[in-house]
Parts: sequence; structure tokens; C-alpha cells
Amino acid sequence: MEYLAIIIGGMFINNYIFSRFLGLCPFLGVSKQIETATGMGMAVIFVMTMASAVTWLIQNFILVPLHLEYMQTVAFILVIAALVQFVEMVIMKVSPVLYQALGIYLPLITTNCAVLGVALLNAMEGYGFLQAVVSGAANALGWTLAILLFAGIRERWAFIDIPPSMQGFPIALVSTGLMSIAFFGFQGLFRGILF
Amino acid sequence: MNMLRTFYNGIVPENPTLRLVIGMCPVLAVTTAVVNSVWMGLAVIFVLTASNILISLLRKFIPDKIRIPCFIVVIATFTTIADLVLAAVQPDVHKILGVFVPLIVVNCIILGRAEAFASKNPVHLALADGVGMGIGFTLAIMILASIREILGNGSWFGIRFMPAGFEPATVMILPPGAFVSLGFLLGTMNLITARLAARNSRSTERVPSHAADAGLEG
Repeated sequence: MEYLAIIIGGMFINNYIFSRFLGLCPFLGVSKQIETATGMGMAVIFVMTMASAVTWLIQNFILVPLHLEYMQTVAFILVIAALVQFVEMVIMKVSPVLYQALGIYLPLITTNCAVLGVALLNAMEGYGFLQAVVSGAANALGWTLAILLFAGIRERWAFIDIPPSMQGFPIALVSTGLMSIAFFGFQGLFRGILF
Repeated sequence: MNMLRTFYNGIVPENPTLRLVIGMCPVLAVTTAVVNSVWMGLAVIFVLTASNILISLLRKFIPDKIRIPCFIVVIATFTTIADLVLAAVQPDVHKILGVFVPLIVVNCIILGRAEAFASKNPVHLALADGVGMGIGFTLAIMILASIREILGNGSWFGIRFMPAGFEPATVMILPPGAFVSLGFLLGTMNLITARLAARNSRSTERVPSHAADAGLEG
């Protein structure tokens, strides 16, 4: 039940894009086509799940025993940067096909604030190992859902007449706002049962 | 003179938030109230200026291949300082800003300026660039926070001034309001820029045509 709360909460209720504002740069940057959005989404799911696991280990086996919690930000960002590099090398060796699909997105992920965000939020919530991993995967799935829906909407912009001053970022933000209102409908979900 | 131009560049011509549209996460997240946006802006000014100065000082010693990790370490250090100071000085604001203070590390503006400007320019210019970009960011988030706080709460800096009959639109301080108001703010900026550009080109058009006439006669 607790895990269900983390999954539903992460994917719908506290969606990283629509209610927590994490990972907006890639959301706005690589959502022009569904294909690229899928690639980015897969890479984010992969890295966020791994990062949740690794940063939990760092936090609970290194930082807390040594009373170095104030080094959290520095330690986490270095670990994430190293992890992304490592993942990139492993994928290149193991599966060239997957590398073709994810390759160009991986370097961008280090500066995706959703990855560092999930690590910091997991630590803040005091999750256990499995909870942290589930939370990483669920939030990443929610992020991917958001970018896929958005890419679908964005592909249809070609057929409509947008005022010149609203083209590009302004209309993207307004559309995201409307989607965010739709996701707001999930707020009452499970109230009283889970939360 | 050059320093002044660099400083001004970050505020208007290349405003990171309203012109370059980078580093959007904190822009949307911390603009529920003007007070929060001011503290966030101060934290960003500090981190941006300090890391710009240090990176500019070290630019001849940082090997090119590992420059990005080096920049990240510098930025993360100053972010940690900002985080700890804010927690000590303003515990309530620190709690509201939450995860967005440590997330300054991955803000594209700061890494972007380190890579594009500080690592290529002398210290005094890097300082001017850091302060200018920081102030540009702060002004942009203050404008957005003012719109959201006035419409969503009827107050400014926490002081309620709208008449009692004004019904605040709560959606403005909720996440959807952030996206929609920033969208329309950017749209309005584009409209104003386009109008100004059209007026300028109309007034300058006459000059070249005269010059061309003169050239033909000569």
C-alpha cells in the first residue's frame, strides 16, 4: 500500500513537471517530436532509477555515518555525473542499438534537475532503499508520461494558427499550464485511503 | 565602460529568464510570493558571481577536458554555502524554497555562464557578468512573482492592498498559474520587442534609402 502511494503520488499527483517543476529544460527542449521525447524519457527513467539507488547508498553508508550531511549537494551531483558517464560507457559496450537510441540524451541528463531533485527529495523524505528506488522509477515514469503527452500536443501545432508573438516558448508554457490543470484533477485521488 | 556593458547585457539584452529562457525550474517554483523570489534571487546572484569569479581566476589552470566537472565542483561548493547561510538567516524561507536552493547547482544559467563567459574572460568582466545575469534573473522572477501574488493572493510582499471585493484567483499561486502567467509574460515581451523592432526599422529605412539616392546621384 505504501509503495502504491509512492507510485501513484509520483506519477500523477505530484508529477515532476506539472506540480513540482523539476526537469523543465529538457521537457521544453526535446519535446518537438514524439520519437525524441521517447528517447529522452527512456534515458531519464534509466538514470533516475539508478541515481536513486546510488545516492541512497552514498547518503546512508558514507554521509550519515561520517556526519557529512552538509556535503550532500556536492557528493550527489558528482556521483550523478560519474554515474551518467559510466552508464554511457557501459551502454556503448553492451548494446550499440540502445546507445544509438539513448546516446545523445545521456550527457544532457547530468544537468536535468529532476535527477538531482529525486535524490535530494528521497533523502529529505527519509525513504528506505526500496522505497527510494521505487520513488525514482515512478517519478521518472511520470516525467516520461508528461513529455510524451506534451510531444503529442506539440506535433499538432503545425496545423494551427498561433499568433507570432506567442510562438515557441510562450505557447509551450500555456499548453503546459492547461495540462497541469488537467493533472490537478488527480489531487483528490485516494484521499482518505492512502494519504 | 566594457564592464558596464557586460553588466547591462545580463539585465536586458540577454536576460537569462525572459530572453534566453533557460533555468526555468526555479522561475516557476519559487514565484508564489515576492519575498520568496527575492531570497532565491539573492542566492542565485551570490552563487553566480562567486563561481564566475573563481572560474575566471582558475581559467588558465583548469584542463580543457575535465572543465565541466571542475565547474560543477566550484558551483556546488558555493551552492552549499548559500544553502547553509539561508538556512541560518531565514529558516522559514529556506523551508519554502526547499529543494530548489541545492538545485541551483544544476541551473543551466550558472553552468552556462561558466562555460560561455567566465572561462574565457578576465576577472572584472566575469564579475560584471555574474552580477548582471544574477540581477536579470532576480528582476524576472520578481516580475512573475508580483503578477502571481497580486492576482492569486491580492497582496504584494505579503501586504494585502487589493480592495475587499477582490476575489483572489487561487489558481495563480498553484502550479497551473505559474505556467500560464509565464507563458503570457513571454508572449507580451515578444509582442513589445516586435513592435519596437518594427518602429526602429521603419525609422532607419528612410536613412539608407536617402543614402542610396545620394549614391545614385553621386
